[in-house]
Amino acid sequence: MDTNLKIAVLSGKGGTGKTLVASNLAKIANRAVYLDCDVEEPNGHLFLKGPVLEAFDVDLPMPEVNLDLCDYCRKCVDFCAFNALALISGRVKVFDKICHSCGGCKVICPQNAIEEYNKNIGKIERRHYDNVDVYTGILNPGEESGTSIIKKMMTTIPSGYETAIIDSPPGSACIVMDSIEDADYCVLVAEPTTFGAHNLRMVHELTKVFNKPCGAVLNKTNGEEDPSRIYCMDNNVPILLDIPWRKDISDYIAEGSLVVEKDKELSESFAALLERISQEVQNEKNTYTQR
Amino acid sequence: MKKILILSGKGGTGKTTLSSALIRLLDAKAYADCDVDAPNLHLVMEEENEPLKSDFLGLPAAYIDPAKCISCDLCRQNCRFDAITNINGYIVNDHACEGCKVCTLVCPSDAIEMVPRVIGHLSLYKNGHVFSTAELKMGSGNSGLLVTEVKKHLYVNSKNADIAIIDGSPGIGCPVIASISGVDLVILVSEPTISGFSDMERIIKTSEGFPAKVAVCVNKFDLHLENTEKIISYCSENGIPFVGTIPFDKDASSLINQGKTLADKDGPARDSIIKIMERSMKILNEGDN
Repeated sequence: MDTNLKIAVLSGKGGTGKTLVASNLAKIANRAVYLDCDVEEPNGHLFLKGPVLEAFDVDLPMPEVNLDLCDYCRKCVDFCAFNALALISGRVKVFDKICHSCGGCKVICPQNAIEEYNKNIGKIERRHYDNVDVYTGILNPGEESGTSIIKKMMTTIPSGYETAIIDSPPGSACIVMDSIEDADYCVLVAEPTTFGAHNLRMVHELTKVFNKPCGAVLNKTNGEEDPSRIYCMDNNVPILLDIPWRKDISDYIAEGSLVVEKDKELSESFAALLERISQEVQNEKNTYTQR
Repeated sequence: MKKILILSGKGGTGKTTLSSALIRLLDAKAYADCDVDAPNLHLVMEEENEPLKSDFLGLPAAYIDPAKCISCDLCRQNCRFDAITNINGYIVNDHACEGCKVCTLVCPSDAIEMVPRVIGHLSLYKNGHVFSTAELKMGSGNSGLLVTEVKKHLYVNSKNADIAIIDGSPGIGCPVIASISGVDLVILVSEPTISGFSDMERIIKTSEGFPAKVAVCVNKFDLHLENTEKIISYCSENGIPFVGTIPFDKDASSLINQGKTLADKDGPARDSIIKIMERSMKILNEGDN
């Protein structure tokens, strides 16, 4: 993905305002691509609205046993680290829900009895909203992991955008890492609660593992003591923006509106936020080239 | 033992808030936090004693012995998780390795072995009740397996409890599927936003394949009455029991910041959770004779 500035928006947990920050950042940028990597619960397209212009299926290779060739040697069953194969009443059965598509059974089968077919696990939709190309990864309900959808999104998106905004999945598990590997900067969104601070710590640790510059956006602040703010101050995480808890903001979000289109002050704040991130990434790159 | 699981499709809708209040109100002697990516229940349920901690081992990860490696590139070509790179020698990215062992299978020089790795920790509190929780090390996969362990720890250690409250994981992926299996009732906490509605539909679809009963409630319902109505009609159209609403309580954050639950303060939020509890218990017991 060849883009000037790649920003990943993260939160230790869903519901903290990741999509709020990501979708509004995309709207405020000039020519942006927005990648919704929250494939389990993608919500960005509810704000960056538009008809689906294109849809790409995401398939995974799944083993299929040719029973004419299989001699029930059990080698595939014994090899499978995920217990996705079993020998049941003299036949090899594949449990595709737990298969990781590693291909090991195919490699190990001495009879060449295992072929692979493509199984659809989800899709990527493209929409267009104003200045933003909107890509949404969608995992089919009942499927275990959307990692491959994220990988496909990150590798097949056309280049030439000024800014890419990556709306990451919540949490700090492996699926999140696929979404930030490529990012220049991580924005950590946090809520002013003990839960919020705890989750912020987890996701901050993750950015340290990847050595990514990061800063925090504190959402739903209410002027009271804020454990997330204290965490940021104690751990040198720059606070980039405060979004107060306000009924009108909460209404805009509930209705699926972008706050930068509704509130002049917030529109200016988001523009300043993007400018600041862009500066920090530039500084980082300069320091890097000087080394 | 009857098992109630609280789910939401998304974090931040009030799963832990509702779970902790239900634990208090029902005086549950068994509870667990299955949000192993970002567990929070222990922050509200203050425990007197330290937990018993144990390591959670994931599938072993591959290790390439540089002395034996002949740089044939077969391991890299056959790894479907892009976990092997060749930068001044072949190395395995621990985070990306899923432990499938395919590399060991294709390596002609026997240079790869699988080494054990700790990918999380389980904690078990026993203070007259049993509280099972865990934390996955950041960047690890296998959260579904860890969820299953959390539940196993809970059940094995609380055989005499009547009811178990399980705080679920967000999303619809493997940890959620691992959370749902074996429970009697799922209470979905939704919120009156366009996102909340979309997430609820997806989690209802996910739970369809399971025998558990499903009920829905709306948290912070008064923030958007129109969307709340939409959720209620969706439930009635689809035959899903709707068990109630919880009003927005601006003191909720500060209560939680003090390590208290919504059941610890008299008021509309507590009253509404009691109603949700009563209706849920009725659904839970329906069909029992």
